Amino acid sequence: MTTVEVPLHAVAHARAGDKGNRSNISVIPHLPEAFQHLVEQVTEARMLAVFAHKGATRVTRYVLSKLPAMNFVIDDTLEGGVNGSLSLDGHGKSLSFLALGDIAVRVPVACIPARSPYHKPAAD
Amino acid sequence: MLAEQLRRRIAARIRMTTAYIGCGAGFSGDRFDAAVPVVQTLSRLQGERFLVYEVLAERTLAIAQRLKREDPEQGYSPFLDAYLPLVLADCHRHGIRIVTNMGSANPLGAAKRVLALACELGIAGLKVAAVTGDDLLAVMSQAQVRAQPVMEGIALDERPIVAANAYLGAQPIAQALGTGAQIVLVGRTTDAALSLGPLLHVHGWGERDLDLLAQGTVCGHLLECGAQVTGAYFSDPGFKDVPDLANVGFPIAEVEADGSLAVSKAANTGGLVSRATVIEQLLYEVHDPHNYLTPDVVLDLGDVTVEDIGPDRVRVQGARGKPPPATLKATVCVDAGWLGEGEISYAGPNALARAELAASVVRARCLTIGIADPVRVEVLGTQAILDGNTQGRRARVAPPADGEYRVRAAVRSHSRKIAQQVADEVLSLYCSGPAGGAGVRQHVSSQISTASILVDRSLVKPEVTLLEAS
Repeated sequence: MTTVEVPLHAVAHARAGDKGNRSNISVIPHLPEAFQHLVEQVTEARMLAVFAHKGATRVTRYVLSKLPAMNFVIDDTLEGGVNGSLSLDGHGKSLSFLALGDIAVRVPVACIPARSPYHKPAAD
Repeated sequence: MLAEQLRRRIAARIRMTTAYIGCGAGFSGDRFDAAVPVVQTLSRLQGERFLVYEVLAERTLAIAQRLKREDPEQGYSPFLDAYLPLVLADCHRHGIRIVTNMGSANPLGAAKRVLALACELGIAGLKVAAVTGDDLLAVMSQAQVRAQPVMEGIALDERPIVAANAYLGAQPIAQALGTGAQIVLVGRTTDAALSLGPLLHVHGWGERDLDLLAQGTVCGHLLECGAQVTGAYFSDPGFKDVPDLANVGFPIAEVEADGSLAVSKAANTGGLVSRATVIEQLLYEVHDPHNYLTPDVVLDLGDVTVEDIGPDRVRVQGARGKPPPATLKATVCVDAGWLGEGEISYAGPNALARAELAASVVRARCLTIGIADPVRVEVLGTQAILDGNTQGRRARVAPPADGEYRVRAAVRSHSRKIAQQVADEVLSLYCSGPAGGAGVRQHVSSQISTASILVDRSLVKPEVTLLEAS
C-alpha cells in the first residue's frame, strides 16, 4: 500500500477551545479509515512537543472511537489565557491549526479525501 | 412539583410532543438578525418551540455588574434592544418562547425592559419571567467568596471582586416556563441549561432521568455557540467547504421525549450541518469527555454517535448521564489592570527587515524608559500569533523578505500610564522608526481576570419572578 507523509491537516480537522490556562484541541479524521493511523501516530508526547514553546506542561489524550475523534487537553499552554496572555490570541483559538500544520503523519493515500488539494503534489 | 412533572411527562408521551429549539446568538455581539430565519422556520413547525440566545461571557458579566452598581436599573445585556425587537412580535404571534441570559447582572431589570419593549411594539398580554439567585455577592461577603476553594484560574488575593456568580442549572428555567412565561431572562446559568430547561419543561424529565438529561445537555452544548455547529468557524476552503457562509443559518434542534435528537438549521439559509460540523462543536471546550460536569448531570460522551440522516440534518445519540456534583461552579471576576497595545505596518521590498528593525527599536525603548512589566513585541505576518511570549515555534518556514508585515507591541500592567507608554512607543515609530511605517493603531483597555470556585448548593437559592404588563 502506498503511504505518504503529510501534515495532519491533510487527513484531519480540528477545533481549539479554552478554559483558564488550558486548551483543548479535537482531532477528527476526514475519513474514518484514517482514524487508526491517527491514534497510532498523534500521541500525547508529539502534541506536547508542538506546544512546548508556549509552556505546555502536560497533554492528556481522550480517544472517542465511536465518533471517531480524539480530544487533547493541553495544560498551561495559554500563557495565562484571556486572563494574562500577551498574545493577540489569548483564547488560543488559532492553535488547532498549529497542531494541524506542525504534526506530520504517514498514512495510506486512501486516507486523504479524494478532492483534497494535498493530492496535487503527489500527481506531479 | 413531582406530580406536575409526571403529568407533563405522560402528556408529552401521549401527544408525542416534539420540542424544537432554535438558537439566535452564540456570544455577546453575535449577528443581531440571525434569529429572523430561525423564527420563520420555527413558526411553520408543530410542537413546542423555543428560541434561545447565549450572550453572556465571563467578562461581559463583570462589565454588567459594574454598570448595575452605577445604575440599579442597568446591568442587563446592552444588546437586548438590538436582538429582541426583530423577533418579539413574531415569537408572540406564533407562540415561540424565548429563553436567554440577556438578564446578565440584572434579570429583573431586563424583564422590565422587555415589557416596555412589548408596549412600544404594541404587543399585549406578554408574560416575562426573571431567574435570579446566581449572584453570590448578594448572599455572601467578599471575604466569604475568597474563602472558597479555587479550582481554576488566578489566586484570589486582596484585589476587589467585581463579580461572583454561580452557574445555575436547567431547573429554574423549567420552573420559569412552568409559570406560563413567554420570555425567560436569566443571568449566569450553564449555556446548555438554556436548552435543557425547555426540555425539562416540555418532556417532564426529572433528576433521575440521567441519560435524558445527558442528551438534553448535548443538545444545549451543540446550540450554545450558534452557527459554530452549522458550518461557521469551520470553513477551510478547498479542505472543508461550506456553501453561502455569508448567509449562514443558525441551528435548530428537534428533541423527542425519549431523548432522540436531530440537529438542522433555519430554512433558506447558507451553511452546513454535517457529521463533521457537529463533531467539531460536540468536543468544543470539552476536557474529559467522559466527565463533563454540569449542575444538572455529569455527561459522558464515550458512546455518542453522530450520523447524517438527510441534507443538513444530523442525528446525535448515545449520551450517558451520571449524578451531578454536590457543589456548583462559580466564576469570580477581579480587576486585572490594563492591556496596552500598539501596531504599525511595513509593506513592499525588504518589509520584513524594516519590521524586525522596528520591533527591536520598541524593545530597546521599553528598556530605556524602564518598563518593568513583560512586553511582547512581534512581527505579524510571520505566524507570530502561534509563538509564545518568550519563545518562537520550533518548526518555522522563513517568511519572505518582501511583503506586508505588521509590528505589534503588547503589555499588561496595573498602571494605565505604563500600558499607554508602550502603545506610544509604537506611535513614535512614525517619525523615529524605519522607513515606510504606516497605519498605527493603539488600544488601551481595562482587564478582568477570573477564577472558578466551588460553592455548596445550599448557598445558592434560585428564584423565579413573573412580571406581566400592568
